[in-house]
Amino acid sequence: MAERIFIKGNEAIAHGALAAGCVCYFGYPITPQNDIPEFMSTAICEAGGQFVQAESEIGAVNMLLGAAAAGKRAMTSSSSPGMSLKQEAISYMAGSELPGVIVNMNRGGPGLGDIGPSQGDYFQAVKGGGHGDYRTLVLAPATCQEAYDLTIAAFDLAFAYKNPVLILGDAILGQMKEPVTAWKPEARSADEAASWRLSGAKGRPKRLIKSLFLEDGALAGQNLRLKEKYERMKAEIRFESFQCEDAELVVVAFGSIGRIAKSAVRTLRAAGFKVGLFRPITLFPFPSEALAELARQGKRFLTIEHNLGQMVEDVRLSVLPHADSAFFGVMPGNLPMPDDFEQPIRDCLGG
Amino acid sequence: MTEKCVFDVPQSVIDRATHYCPGCQHGTIHRLVGEVLDEMKLREDTLLVSSIGCSVFLYNYLDVDAVEAPHGRAPAVATGVKRARPDNFVFTYQGDGDLASIGLAEIVHAANRGERLSVVFVNNTVYGMTGGQMAPTTMVGQKTTTCPSGRCPESQGLPIRMSEIIAQLGGVAYCARVAVNTVKNLGQAKKALRRAFEVQATGQGFGFVEFLATCPTNWRMTPVQANERIAAELIPYFPLGVFKDAPKEECA
Ligand SMILES: Cc1ncc(C[n+]2csc(CCOP(=O)(O)OP(=O)(O)O)c2C)c(N)n1
Ligand code: SF4
Repeated sequence: MAERIFIKGNEAIAHGALAAGCVCYFGYPITPQNDIPEFMSTAICEAGGQFVQAESEIGAVNMLLGAAAAGKRAMTSSSSPGMSLKQEAISYMAGSELPGVIVNMNRGGPGLGDIGPSQGDYFQAVKGGGHGDYRTLVLAPATCQEAYDLTIAAFDLAFAYKNPVLILGDAILGQMKEPVTAWKPEARSADEAASWRLSGAKGRPKRLIKSLFLEDGALAGQNLRLKEKYERMKAEIRFESFQCEDAELVVVAFGSIGRIAKSAVRTLRAAGFKVGLFRPITLFPFPSEALAELARQGKRFLTIEHNLGQMVEDVRLSVLPHADSAFFGVMPGNLPMPDDFEQPIRDCLGG
Repeated sequence: MTEKCVFDVPQSVIDRATHYCPGCQHGTIHRLVGEVLDEMKLREDTLLVSSIGCSVFLYNYLDVDAVEAPHGRAPAVATGVKRARPDNFVFTYQGDGDLASIGLAEIVHAANRGERLSVVFVNNTVYGMTGGQMAPTTMVGQKTTTCPSGRCPESQGLPIRMSEIIAQLGGVAYCARVAVNTVKNLGQAKKALRRAFEVQATGQGFGFVEFLATCPTNWRMTPVQANERIAAELIPYFPLGVFKDAPKEECA
């Protein structure tokens, strides 16, 4: 029987990583994700893996790059300012086609900002973040169970696409405690199966993992191959659609805010309002087609985010020319309640 | 009479022309690395972490598995590689801009943790690849494109002596500075390289070898003048020798 454990969102990610066969964790302390390195400092070693508290986020993510090149399942985690530091290596990993899982428990910014929840890193996560033309798969859990499940998925996706996979959470998800059903995926040794991994050129030609392409046309070829890969990632699109069928207004929100918005939608439904919730779970690739379909059915949209308006741009691109999306933003520093969303939703319905 | 081969390309080195300028000692140092890998029978176990700078293409000249690191981060990448594959032999090859400037934190902490790695550090007192700008190791008075009237210690500080810094760190098992400007020094350089590789192979800790090397192009010198500068100017400030040869300090 699957075990039920009562843990924080941060811990759910760490447990999920171990269940997925993560053997190397590299981290650096930053609030609100410290539970992950603290948990890993003993748990991954007990499981026979490696833990390093790196000298910086730059050190940690480059250790991830190295372990990934060696074909191992590896992870690093951080929060906003630390994520900015990791972007160079994430770009190198995308350019070198290396698998790795990177967690961002988004806090308020820009700059040092605050340590409370925010969704201000949406652009950074889904539009590449570092230099050059690349994308990372981005998964946005809303519950501790989803944090566990999506972390397991993240490792499989990273190896399936040889690409970095980001898990984008926030301080709400990281710090809340919920029961989680811990399950273990089928054991697989990604490392030994990978034909590209570095293991020493014994009895085979040497292997090279690089992102430098100087020969005529070589970078163009690589970038076009990457584009084709990003297209293929559309097979992984995930979202939650809640009472959208007969809805006049669809609220679009992700992560913790998606979950809080769902409570508001439930309350308003009970009061007779025709409102639904659409919660993207993959932020890249974005569930554009599903939103476009709702737009073609004549629905209107309200995007709610914990920022000044970032995902709303992707929502608008998805629903145009059939519809537009209104926007309601909560600022970081506030922990929004379902009640906070009811009035903006009513305003949209009435308008 | 049968002929006896007394000099050949090491098995670990790919027999092809390099992209280096005439008189550049990167090629000589590559060859020493290849010879030591051969002699220690490490080629098939080796994972090379190449860095940014003129030597980024080292992976085209060595017949070993390799990964390219971002500028300065090779010691962190190598940490990840070695933690993931402790049974493999892992080394980085880094220039002075890479190791002593942008990557200072990574090298100091990998050394201090006593990562079982070997580091080949090529100090040519200049940023070669980007066209001869000032490096942390640029000599006082040396002219570069970003200190055209010569490095001035008052505003630019004194050249960093990396071997002296690295030797202080607890995790370091071996640290030496060598040069390849004379036949005698070449022999000693190879010995040092071998010892730096051995401390990894035997699990004693971190091994570090700093090579003083020429960059005739950016020094605006002939290869012979550049080689002579090593003895005349560099060695007096960057003394050759073994700075540490002791196992890593273990935790209680
Ligand atoms: C983050 C980053 N900053 C700057 C550069 C540009 N860059 C390429 S090589 C180099 C200097 C390398 O000098 P050194 O390490 O001394 O090696 P050399 O070329 O002399 O062998 C620099 C600054 C880069 N590639 N990445
Ligand atoms: S620029 Fe200097 S370091 Fe680079 S290849 Fe030429 S001589 Fe060697």
